[in-house]
Amino acid sequence: MSVKKERRDFLGLALGGFTALGGVAALGAMKKTWDPLPSVKAAGFTTVDLSAAQENVLNVEKWRGKPIFILKKSADMKKDDRDIVVGDARYHVSIGLCTHLGCIPAYYPKDKNFICACHGGQFDTSGHATKAPPVKPLEIPPFKIDGTKLVLGEEGEEYKKMKAAGITA
Amino acid sequence: MAHFEKAKSVNDWLDQRLAVNTLRRVLSTEYWIPKNINFLWAMGMVLAVTFGLLLISGIFLLMYYKPDVNLAFDSVNNIIMNEVGYGWLWRHIHGVAASVVFLIIYIHMFTGIYYGSYKKGREMIWISGMLLFVTFSAEAFSGYMLPWGQMSYWAGMVITNLFSAGSLELNGVVEWIRGDYVPGDAYLTRFFMLHVLLLPLVILGLIGLHFGALRIPHVNNQDGEDIDFDVESKKYLAGDTKESKVIRFQWDFLSKDIFVLGVFLIFFFYLVFYHFSFALDPVNFDPADGLKTPAHIYPEWYFLWSYEILRPFPKDPGLIAFAFAQVAFFLLPFLDRSPNVAPANKRGLFAIWFWVMLVDMIVLTVMGKLPPEGIYNVIGLYAAVTFLVLWAVLPIITMLEKKK
Repeated sequence: MSVKKERRDFLGLALGGFTALGGVAALGAMKKTWDPLPSVKAAGFTTVDLSAAQENVLNVEKWRGKPIFILKKSADMKKDDRDIVVGDARYHVSIGLCTHLGCIPAYYPKDKNFICACHGGQFDTSGHATKAPPVKPLEIPPFKIDGTKLVLGEEGEEYKKMKAAGITA
Repeated sequence: MAHFEKAKSVNDWLDQRLAVNTLRRVLSTEYWIPKNINFLWAMGMVLAVTFGLLLISGIFLLMYYKPDVNLAFDSVNNIIMNEVGYGWLWRHIHGVAASVVFLIIYIHMFTGIYYGSYKKGREMIWISGMLLFVTFSAEAFSGYMLPWGQMSYWAGMVITNLFSAGSLELNGVVEWIRGDYVPGDAYLTRFFMLHVLLLPLVILGLIGLHFGALRIPHVNNQDGEDIDFDVESKKYLAGDTKESKVIRFQWDFLSKDIFVLGVFLIFFFYLVFYHFSFALDPVNFDPADGLKTPAHIYPEWYFLWSYEILRPFPKDPGLIAFAFAQVAFFLLPFLDRSPNVAPANKRGLFAIWFWVMLVDMIVLTVMGKLPPEGIYNVIGLYAAVTFLVLWAVLPIITMLEKKK
């Protein structure tokens, strides 16, 4: 009788083990199914010509479905390590999504700041958060300077330097 | 094999095969409800019927809705609203019911809190009810995505960003949930699946659990009286219905339930036919645009109180407070340290706690709707802090409560 019981325990354990294994494998497959598709991941270099930009006028470009802020700085705006320098002009370039929960802050040229309508966060013209809830500055997307053009999605020298200094986000 | 006889009636034929008489007796005619209750005890049935209305109207919407970022907006706002015969009716029923169901859920919840119907054996009723609340919230949110208007898109953006868990920056998790860097086609279609299949299945299962959880501890009553249901039901069955403290579910309780339900449905269809627009945000009649955030973003009224707990704090503390607000009510049976099951007004300090909590949640709701400026920020902050403090003091004031 006891032999029989051991046999049943073994069969139960074996069945349970294999079922658990299959279950974990299925969960893995389900996780993968929800991943962004390769086509979504692959889409993604945008080239922007900076030469036509005007001072204190915010341009919004689209990159990977996200808005990109491009602001040519005027002389009275504070210089910042996060500025992108092309020729003798300084630009603030960032992903235009509030670092709190991802709304698009609006730019107020008169006050020279960004205000997010969702939860009242504010950023200055270098993208630094000046009023909570956001604490982090607006994120700088990977970029490469190509003459007067900016290639978004590619990591150029200047971006790598900023990233190494830890000021891109 | 069981023995079958020639059936005397359709009911008898069914009874021999499915035991329908036993089922009816156990589930209905000899399911006992206390006598000392009031109209607030009808909210469960009102909720069940509202869920039924959502299900039926949803089935008809499902036949013309297109879960595709290029087609969704038009399929709702043009095809269903303009072309489909009575398409507007299903949409208005669905939209109004989605809003009203939360009003009833809140009444149902606060009834439970007031009368102490969450403790002394009734914990699982409360927990399964809270699970239903959370699942209904997910259901409401996923449904809100489907018209793919501006509010759908930006609510989707903000709510999925919550899963990056603040400074932990779990952007991979957010992108995994969306299937994209921003809400897009993969996102819309998976939330469509959640809305029409997975979450409704979970809701149906939880409703079963919620009803099942009632059977052993039974429904609470207005006085928190500990009724011996075996004794009282025997009294009733022996014909002493006057002295018995209980009544049958069918048709004694149901007849009153259905009266309250009738009043509710008059109110409900008044909204559906004459005041449906409160449930349809005008901003959501602009198609989704990933490059333009609407001037003011706010959730539907039933999420405003928890949204307002998120808003006044810096990012991380705000998220922690928000996360706590989502689970706080689950903890009620365990944070209430008093053994007394009684209406709040007979429980000393708890009465004050109850009314302050109710008023505070209304204040949070109102502040959540107003733009985050000036004095509203201050009131919002105090109301959010009050909410958190109330939970912190609950174990203390209930421990001080005299045992009855």
